[in-house]
Amino acid sequence: MSEGVVRLGGVTDFPPDPVIVAGLQSGDEEVFALLLDEWSRGMLRLARSYVSTAASAEEVVQDTWLAVIRAVGTFEGRSSLRTWVYRILVNTARRRGERESRTIPVSSVGGERPDGVPPERAEGGPEGAALAGEVRELIDKAVGTLPSRQRAVITLRDMEGYGSDEVCEILSISPANQRVLLHRARAAVRDHLAAYYDGKGGP
Amino acid sequence: MNCDEFAELVTAYLDDALDDSSRPLFLDHMARCSGCTGYYGQFTAAITALGELPAPGLSPQTRSHLLTAFREASSEKPE
Repeated sequence: MSEGVVRLGGVTDFPPDPVIVAGLQSGDEEVFALLLDEWSRGMLRLARSYVSTAASAEEVVQDTWLAVIRAVGTFEGRSSLRTWVYRILVNTARRRGERESRTIPVSSVGGERPDGVPPERAEGGPEGAALAGEVRELIDKAVGTLPSRQRAVITLRDMEGYGSDEVCEILSISPANQRVLLHRARAAVRDHLAAYYDGKGGP
Repeated sequence: MNCDEFAELVTAYLDDALDDSSRPLFLDHMARCSGCTGYYGQFTAAITALGELPAPGLSPQTRSHLLTAFREASSEKPE
């Protein structure tokens, strides 16, 4: 388990790209496993922006890694390795998402709006270090209702902690567009949370 | 600056992307408007909460499938 891994969006305790690329190209399995364990969580989340189920996202991530294995010999370092891998992921996920949208009725895809009566919360409020389970669920749901472009940006920026430059490069969007998408996504999540806390009488 | 304009600029402010003329207006509005101060607090709380969501990883089957694929691809390649 990599529970204790510090995720700052940067390359924490991580070998620099040339070392990793050389390791991959020479068949160093430890290097591949390191990469797999470090990046797959974020990749699953990002893939989920474009496809309709967690299982589908897992297949996208698997296909992406298989493509990386095939193509790493051609990696030229024009972007960071992570950006290169994530761009492959986005292309793979988008194609699959488009295929799904032609075959799956939209009504079976979206999450329900969390307008129901929220379950009672124990005394103590949300100021603990761990995010209260129901707030977590609420945010998950809110993110699940976002359009895929907004969801991709908020996933990379706020859930994974990537900088705006890298996000623009991964998603091939302008900085201004990125900011608009991020802002709309955040405002929507904030609205969901505010509605929840209004119902609870605070904070 | 009114409250709607303020709300539209929170992300730009947080990204330090407000221009020199908007930034003081944004801060001035926040200092005078308790509603927008509250909105700003909720907005940043949402961002913090997003960063604390747990992320599930790959299933053990997929992970081991990929490690095998990597090993096979490497053994096929002449060094």
